[in-house]
Amino acid sequence: MTGAQALIASLEKEGVELVFGYPGGVMLPVYDALFDSKKIHHVLTRHEQGAAHAADGFARATGKVGVCMATSGPGATNLVTGIATANMDSVPLVAITGQVGTHVIGTDAFQEADTTGITLPVVKHNYLVKDPREIPHVIQEAFLIASTGRPGAVVIDMPVDMSRSEIEFKYPEKKTSLPGYKPTTAGHARQIKEAARLIMAAKRPVIYAGGGVVTSGASKELAELARMLEFPVTTTLLGKGAFPETDKLSLGMLGMHGTSYANFVMMKTDLIIAVGARFDDRITGRLDTFAPHAKVVHIDIDPAEIGKNVAVTVPIVGDARTVLRELLALLKPRVEESGKPDGKAWHRQIREWKKEYPLTVPEGGLRPQYVVNEIYRLTKGKAVVVTDVGQHQMWSAQFYKASRPRQFISSGGLGTMGFGLPASIGAKMGVPKERVVNIAGDGSVQMNSQELATAVLNEVAVTIALINNGYLGMVRQWQELFYDKRYSHTHLRRGESPDFVKLAEAYGARGMRVAEPEGVEPALKEAFKVNDGPVLIDFIVEQEENVFPMVAPGASLDDMIGG
Amino acid sequence: MKHTLSVLVENKPGVLARVAGLFARRGFNIDSLAVGVTEKPEISRMTVVVDVEEHSLEQVYKQLNKLINVIKVVDLPDENSVQREMVLVKVKADTKARAEVIEIVEIFRGKIVDVGKGTLSVEVTGPSSKLRAFEDLLRPYGMVELVRTGTIALPRG
Ligand SMILES: Cc1ncc(C[n+]2csc(CCOP(=O)(O)OP(=O)(O)O)c2C)c(N)n1
Ligand SMILES: [Mg+2]
Repeated sequence: MTGAQALIASLEKEGVELVFGYPGGVMLPVYDALFDSKKIHHVLTRHEQGAAHAADGFARATGKVGVCMATSGPGATNLVTGIATANMDSVPLVAITGQVGTHVIGTDAFQEADTTGITLPVVKHNYLVKDPREIPHVIQEAFLIASTGRPGAVVIDMPVDMSRSEIEFKYPEKKTSLPGYKPTTAGHARQIKEAARLIMAAKRPVIYAGGGVVTSGASKELAELARMLEFPVTTTLLGKGAFPETDKLSLGMLGMHGTSYANFVMMKTDLIIAVGARFDDRITGRLDTFAPHAKVVHIDIDPAEIGKNVAVTVPIVGDARTVLRELLALLKPRVEESGKPDGKAWHRQIREWKKEYPLTVPEGGLRPQYVVNEIYRLTKGKAVVVTDVGQHQMWSAQFYKASRPRQFISSGGLGTMGFGLPASIGAKMGVPKERVVNIAGDGSVQMNSQELATAVLNEVAVTIALINNGYLGMVRQWQELFYDKRYSHTHLRRGESPDFVKLAEAYGARGMRVAEPEGVEPALKEAFKVNDGPVLIDFIVEQEENVFPMVAPGASLDDMIGG
Repeated sequence: MKHTLSVLVENKPGVLARVAGLFARRGFNIDSLAVGVTEKPEISRMTVVVDVEEHSLEQVYKQLNKLINVIKVVDLPDENSVQREMVLVKVKADTKARAEVIEIVEIFRGKIVDVGKGTLSVEVTGPSSKLRAFEDLLRPYGMVELVRTGTIALPRG
């Protein structure tokens, strides 16, 4: 068979059923082979960036590896933002790019770009195929690397002559072993023991859970630990749903736009149990004042994250689920014997903070927070929520309480505007039985609005709840607070262009507009009835609403504006 | 602080770019970098001298280990390793200075590898400190060109 056929056969062997992509010259052999595949369904997006985000959304919603493909040169460069987005958030993604023939690589051939060079800093690993017989191996390795350890993006660059060559196809039976790649999964026994000792001695503990808990499927173990010890839990943006935010032990999200009480807890705690989280600057605020009283137990599969930003008392390298199980096994008999650590005073303090500084929806007009709250109420908190980037993203995080992992999908590390719509398409195709709501920004959605066509033509029933504030709101907020309200180039001139309802309709999607609070419920109910394609609701909200509380950049975590 | 790292890598295309790119991207300063194959042709050894604080050294070490093609990273402290570097230097040496230059070269157990009109080209190997001392002694005569290989190192014992 040809190299291209071997590529498709290898993808089938890896269990791939869905691929998002866009063809071009050097990908003709691959697309020709794909035409015959009975197992792989290919979705033609309208932009390669859309394909990468869709594959990413699929991966985040399902836990499987997302796959996208594009042609050489501009096709590959268009994928880059999506690849970087996935990699920053440790999402398993395999991107296959076409490349010019090996004999002309390096000659500035038509549509040649150095894809492995360009993507090198934003991937977990990449390949340039130089021998067609390698293809099955490379695919197997790529899936192994993308999906194990700390997951990430892997790019496979396929020169067109590799695709055209004849090879004998044989998929390796045994998983490849790579000499330089052996993720540590089991935690170090002595460290786990030490962690257990600190846990039993803690007076003001907190569990700080990140995306790693979701990735490793450790939510059950985390909940068991938290409930057994009665420890409060705060989560990062990517950790939303790792622990049910509806639980009384939940503090919601922490950090720059986290709840006041979560941030106060971090500043007063004497023990942080960090699981699958990386003390990002949006979480810690000013580093030298962060969590001054805390000992830190840090559980992460990536050793490089441990001790990177914050000094750690007990480092535990390992898979979150495995380590939490080991920790539970140690702690259970101790708790049974001597009871859980006494947290009465701590919980009383937390209850007071919660009472004094709740998240509230402001009154008057159509408030974005109200829209999110209504989406939450009408979906009974069960929808898969996919956001763009900006204020609406933070309001979604604050007001849409996630109760299970993979329910809240958002570009955290890279903060990529334009992620939401294509990612929601990928998510919906991955979990078609779930209701999927894309909470979008009027700025962000225009970065990939062409994917409305993809949703319409593939009958992808996502609800696009557009929080239309007429501004690049998050940037405007910073200008308001830190630049004297000098709104330099953040005004989108709502009402002049585009008309989002007409835009949706032009693509064959349904469009609605809501400008009054009373209109929100009926519009959402109407939208949720639609099962055969996307619906866009243009929510005309208050223009200059701000996201509070807010820890100003470089400020200490307990120094919150509006908190 | 200078640290000598010995990095064993799979001998695959692009591996040098991966390692060099990592240093650039994460803002680690490289003093020198030397690459060559080992006793096993599929494995190369990169000897990297980095100038970083203790905390960053740990990051360098961990980030290098995250590269798929990196098999092993070892920190080689001066006292537990043999470190060598080579310098080739073309120094001005007219008839008057020539004898003195040759004497210095001999003290450093160097070799004269080329003789030009009014210049000598000299090869010296040794730890970096020795090469620096050698350079300092030659500088007054006027160095026309100089090139160093970067340190290579092996653990002792
Ligand atoms: C691709 C990209 N460009 C620029 C930014 C910087 N940025 C962050 S939030 C934001 C405004 C987003 O506007 P909108 O989508 O309308 O959301 P809002 O904040 O108004 O809710 C911008 C420009 C970004 N995150 N991503
Ligand atoms: Mg906006």
